Amino acid sequence: MADTFERVKKIVIDRLDVEEDKVTLEASFKEDLEADSLDVVELIMELEDEFDTEIADEEAEKLATVGDAVQYIDSQA
Amino acid sequence: MNFSLDGKTYVIMGVANKRSIAWGIAKALHQVGAKLIFTYANERFEKPVRDLASTLEGQEASFYQCDVTNDEAIAETFKQIKQDIGIIHGVAHCIAFAQKEDLQGEFINTSRDGYLLAHNISAYSLVAVAREAESLMTEGGGIVTLTYLGGERVVQNYNVMGVAKASLDASMKYLANDLGRKNIRVNAISAGPIRTLSAKGVGDFNSILKDIEEKAPLRRTVTQDEVGSTAYYLLSDLSQGVTGEIIHVDSGYSILGLS
Repeated sequence: MADTFERVKKIVIDRLDVEEDKVTLEASFKEDLEADSLDVVELIMELEDEFDTEIADEEAEKLATVGDAVQYIDSQA
Repeated sequence: MNFSLDGKTYVIMGVANKRSIAWGIAKALHQVGAKLIFTYANERFEKPVRDLASTLEGQEASFYQCDVTNDEAIAETFKQIKQDIGIIHGVAHCIAFAQKEDLQGEFINTSRDGYLLAHNISAYSLVAVAREAESLMTEGGGIVTLTYLGGERVVQNYNVMGVAKASLDASMKYLANDLGRKNIRVNAISAGPIRTLSAKGVGDFNSILKDIEEKAPLRRTVTQDEVGSTAYYLLSDLSQGVTGEIIHVDSGYSILGLS
């Protein structure tokens, strides 16, 4: 979990151009990190690459926070 | 025959990120010496495009905003390019858009607005761009656009975008006829599905990729670089004599019947 969070965090910082301390498990992509809908799709694709996994559309829609993403990825491992 | 594009200038429209097919085309043209001009739809895409272009060694690219839904904006962009740079030798038109709700479920439910929007951005933009680009292409050249099999046949979930691609294909052919006497060739590349930002908007895209890997003659999907080298072919003297054509870069998928 800790390792997944660090890897997700790195991608989020890189993709969304945000300060590291803003990327917490509770941070929501759209509100707290100011991601637009395209940013979210880009993020999902980066996560799919990083973790060599597939995130189905209906699952992707449910990932509102950084913690949601971490949890989903860990549940797939 | 000269294989280099040294001294030639191409406008690349529609780079969104590193996965974009437009970016594959940019890389291919850069490799053979072309000077590149990038256009982006709005501020959101400016930084990503500039960042990507800065990775092309020795390339002194130029950047212009171009909102293809607005005729005056397109005219202004090409006027600026003419002033700043002068002659161009080609355009890669890699632009399409449809509302997400129109890229799933049944085509019959497409709204009028959704239908018009998809055609406006994905098909009419080629016509409007070709009209403005023509006056800068005084040495002749090539225009290439990106289409998809969904414009020729029914592809599940592709829906209104398929209908817009059919319109794009026909527009490409009529433009090829209009511009032929100016030695401007107009062609389309029908790429197999590639994991781009746009493609991800199509419902259940991951399973489309799997279908290609199982069934296409080459048993794999294609890459943006493979589309890039075909674009190089179509935009260079290698394809002298080819116009109004759709080339499928799709691992052969489009030849299949029942499989």
